Amino acid sequence: MASTLAGSSGTDDTNSSDDAAVVSTGDGRAPRVFVPGMKLLGGYIRTHRTPFTLAVTGATIFSIFSVGGTVVLGRVTDDIVVPGFEDGADSVDGVVVGALAIVAVAFVRAIGVVMRRFFGAMTTDRQQRTWRQELSDRFVSVPMSYFRRKPTGELLAHADADVETSTMSMQALPMSTGVLVLFIAAFISLLTADVYLLMVVLALFPVLLFANRLYSHSVVEPAEQVQAALGDVSAVVHESVDGALVVKTLGREDAEVGRLEDAAERLLVSRIQMGRLRATFEPTIEAIPNLGVIALLAVGTWRVSTGDTTAGDVVQSMLLLQILIFPMRVFGFFLEELPRTLVAAARLRRVVAEVDDVDGAAAATRSDGPAHLVVDDVQFAYGGDVILDGLSFEVAPGEIVALVGATGSGKSTIAQLLFRLARPTSGSVRLDGVDIADLRADDLTSQATLVFQESYLFADEIRSNIDPDGTFGDDAMRAAAGLARADGFINEMPQGYDTVVGERGVTLSGGQRQRVALARALVRRPRFVFLDDATSAVDPTIEREILDGLGADLQTTTLVVAQRLSTIRLADRVLFLEGGRIAASGTHDELLEVPSYQALVSAYEDPA
Amino acid sequence: MTANLVDDSTRPDDANPDEEGALSLLRRGMGVTPELQKGIRLTIGMALVGAAGKLAIPVLIQQIVDRGLSDGDDYDAGFVLRACAIAAVLIIGVGILQRATFIRLIIATENTLFALRTRAFAKIHRLSIADHNDTQRGVLVARVTSDIETLARFAQWAGMAWIINLTLIVGIIALMFFYSWQLTIVSLIVFFPLVPILRALQRKQLAAYDAFRSRVGETLSEMSETVGGSATIRAYGLTDRARARLEYVIERQYKARMRAVKYFALMFPMGDVFAAISMGAVLIVGLEYGPDWGLDAGRMLAFLFLVNLLLQPIGEITEILDMTQTAVAGFRKILGLLDQEIDLVEPEDGQQLPGGPLAIDATGIRFAYRDGVEVLHGVDVSLPAGANVAIVGETGSGKTTFAKLLCRLADPTGGELLVGGVRVDQIDPAARRDRIRMVPQDGFLFNTTMRENIRYGRPDASDDEIIDAVMTLGLHPWLARTPEGLDTKVGERGEALSVGERQLVALIRAQLADPGLLILDEATSAVDPETERALSGALARVAEGRTTISIAHRLSTAEAADLVLVFDQGDLAEFGHHDDLVAAGGIYRGLYESWIGNTRAGA
Repeated sequence: MASTLAGSSGTDDTNSSDDAAVVSTGDGRAPRVFVPGMKLLGGYIRTHRTPFTLAVTGATIFSIFSVGGTVVLGRVTDDIVVPGFEDGADSVDGVVVGALAIVAVAFVRAIGVVMRRFFGAMTTDRQQRTWRQELSDRFVSVPMSYFRRKPTGELLAHADADVETSTMSMQALPMSTGVLVLFIAAFISLLTADVYLLMVVLALFPVLLFANRLYSHSVVEPAEQVQAALGDVSAVVHESVDGALVVKTLGREDAEVGRLEDAAERLLVSRIQMGRLRATFEPTIEAIPNLGVIALLAVGTWRVSTGDTTAGDVVQSMLLLQILIFPMRVFGFFLEELPRTLVAAARLRRVVAEVDDVDGAAAATRSDGPAHLVVDDVQFAYGGDVILDGLSFEVAPGEIVALVGATGSGKSTIAQLLFRLARPTSGSVRLDGVDIADLRADDLTSQATLVFQESYLFADEIRSNIDPDGTFGDDAMRAAAGLARADGFINEMPQGYDTVVGERGVTLSGGQRQRVALARALVRRPRFVFLDDATSAVDPTIEREILDGLGADLQTTTLVVAQRLSTIRLADRVLFLEGGRIAASGTHDELLEVPSYQALVSAYEDPA
Repeated sequence: MTANLVDDSTRPDDANPDEEGALSLLRRGMGVTPELQKGIRLTIGMALVGAAGKLAIPVLIQQIVDRGLSDGDDYDAGFVLRACAIAAVLIIGVGILQRATFIRLIIATENTLFALRTRAFAKIHRLSIADHNDTQRGVLVARVTSDIETLARFAQWAGMAWIINLTLIVGIIALMFFYSWQLTIVSLIVFFPLVPILRALQRKQLAAYDAFRSRVGETLSEMSETVGGSATIRAYGLTDRARARLEYVIERQYKARMRAVKYFALMFPMGDVFAAISMGAVLIVGLEYGPDWGLDAGRMLAFLFLVNLLLQPIGEITEILDMTQTAVAGFRKILGLLDQEIDLVEPEDGQQLPGGPLAIDATGIRFAYRDGVEVLHGVDVSLPAGANVAIVGETGSGKTTFAKLLCRLADPTGGELLVGGVRVDQIDPAARRDRIRMVPQDGFLFNTTMRENIRYGRPDASDDEIIDAVMTLGLHPWLARTPEGLDTKVGERGEALSVGERQLVALIRAQLADPGLLILDEATSAVDPETERALSGALARVAEGRTTISIAHRLSTAEAADLVLVFDQGDLAEFGHHDDLVAAGGIYRGLYESWIGNTRAGA
């Protein structure tokens, strides 16, 4: 399917060039969207056949009974109203039948509308659900490197705006399809009535399509300007409200209002420009069919006078034309939306085409003791910068090793490499002799645990943050919280472990968050723990208690990124990271001989 | 802003509970937005004429058919062609008029929206910082973005439609009266139940859409968790859980959507059904009594035609009801924000501050949030000019609030606060900003260069003066290490710089303004050692000749200060020099011991 959209599959380059290729041919000619558009929607329809079929059925019923309505009205006029008044006869039975027929036809027509709208929306919404499912499947399966390339806002925009837009023209499709019956019926009816009348009606379509196309073409640029201006307005507002404190203390309120005025003015100007286009287009598109009716009337009158057709046929054609107007506009809307639909779908396809993170196949030979970690000649480059260059070290089972290095020396990169959140350019990381690249993800995560500095807690109960799947049980969870010294403050909360944290719940302090995150790591009783500055916001006293507890209660090998002397002192051994490799290894006192180490850790000493 | 609009109970986040009607809301809104009133009469007049024209077109066509085409003897080609020409001119004329009306309306509404947006935005910046907490922030942003957009959407699609369709409906009913008032009453009676039915459906639809919208929010926050927590999810093997949770919210969103769609589908054809029932009733009644009321076949048919003509405007109005309701809610929220009382009123004739370092005198300072929660319970303290003061205390002890009162980010709810001998709320705003400076904790920066951010502190500062400030603070070695020196882009919120670096920029900014009182909120998160060193050097220099107040998270700051204020649960618990406080053995002693035990022991 991806091949229908040129170059949209599997690539992860920025999307602008691809989008442009889909929308415009660059030389100002009409974009080629119809065929790829129909293929895209064809795919949607195949996936959601039942609701679509029902929607088209509804649209067809609507069409047929719209014609039916005019027929009934005609019959009522000729057979009931006119004779009723002429004869003065009280043909009440006929009247009631006529009235009932009018109501019945409208009723069936309404059922058609309800069906079309309901099942049409169902088709669209099911397709949206499909997209969202596919996207979320990708979000949990792609390698971490993907998220480093894509800002969160962009990914959320995929799930929200792009999904909506990618199904936009779908909404108009049942109407456009269902009305086909009507077109054919109208065509035959006009053909039998009079060729001249048919020609008048047929002439209207190219005029309407042309007007539509002219509009959707000229509206592209101002529409983009409106979108860009809207983005600017929103960016200014977000930034300004976020920085309200600074704005206030600096007395920049007026300057900020000025900044918003600039952005809002661009929005105003481009909106008015759009408005002018619409102000021309909408009345035109409304006037064309009316002029068509007048043309029919004029031509019809002439044809009646020459005896080539009857007045009834002319009236009938006029009614048909009026019935066709609305679907014609819907079809115009469909064409108008198609390019945007395609662009959004192309963007989604690029995400959906992202490949899974590679998993290993080897089942680890699970032993119970602390793990043995070997990092062997690891190279890692990111964006052209070599971050790790021949990194090798070893952590013996049960050892507590501190990793010390200046900002940007690659400590957090090591954390990512050890947990397969990034892959080394060359070299290997081995856990108990097995290259972690070969391990199954489950085996890796069940044995080795990484605790982040910026610990991410889910907007959920503390309980499910520590034990997300409920696999470890209440006792183990409480024990882990105890080990992480989190039990104290959790128990003080009114709802204890059932307290919801994050967006909709209680806000935890930095230190509390870190301790909950630590408990989440410890409940798994990992054989290897990497603390990536994971206790930086925890009071040093508590930090010591935690690290002491790790050694005593948990049989684990620990690697800890240290930013504080107190942390360094708790380690058996210190690895000093410099220039992308281990510059020195030994106890803290031994390393103090190394000048650059000494310079670095003396800064950890409080300046006082 | 007129004073009579002030309503102190209105918070920005809640829609007025006692649901004022849309019309009175509109009237109130008109008062706030004079832009909308400008030329609105002419615009509405034009719209009315346009609508009349729109009504005349089908009537004229029907007349032509009646007179020109009715089979047989009175056929007159000349009449038909003349009438057709008139109709064509009418159609084109109405189109041109509609275009002009629409352009006028768009210009008026866009100008109104512009004014409303900038006014609401200016209002946000005039609100006390107490209204700018984390939860309120999103709400405030929404007022100036999405809420205004509901109005914009209304203005673009629904505003004109309301005027035209209401006019059409009134016009059609008037014509119906002209043909037969009796039948008009009949059809109106039949139509009448449509109103409560539509209202009921509308209400349900609205509730269903509200539910749907919150489901959308849930899906998005679940997705955002999956993305934001992607490292955690992978490192902890939580992919299955994440997948299951996403499946669940996506399904819930779909179901909520389908519930709302039900009403969307049902509402539209209602008008059609009622028009048909009305026609049926008119038919029966008309044939039974019509001859007695002086009706003939032509008038009867014309009447039926008019009933049918009602269909379109009614259908269009049902389509825009939803948009209208959303816009009314959005409008109400924006007006609520505009009506919100400003609790920080700048003094008419503010007093200037003395030069040099500023002394602080606080007597019985209390502070409570709007919800009544008091966070300072009466603080009395005098700090001499030029003192280097540290404030310590746990999160929620009130230390940050106290500091914020000093630069008037909010006014105390009780007591008297003097800086440089002047009541803080009586200080001339410009003087206050120049002489009292705060360096916030997270060091928020605007998304531009360091130079621009520094200059925000004093727009007239020359490049040399900026360099001077950098040199004075001893920050030139640090600046030399940044990628492009002062022209380094700081990124969104300054996030391209570390927290420590952002504070450095804020310090340079403060130095440039040469304040007499400097308030520094220390960063809580880890600052890397090199920046930390630059920061403490710069701080020592910036403090010279000034009163400085540091909200201290590191006790070393307190140790080096002349005076330490220890806050505890909204009270000033201890006050004095570090050595004395340690000797006294109170709260501070406890904090100090735990700290010293961890950083110094065994060094």
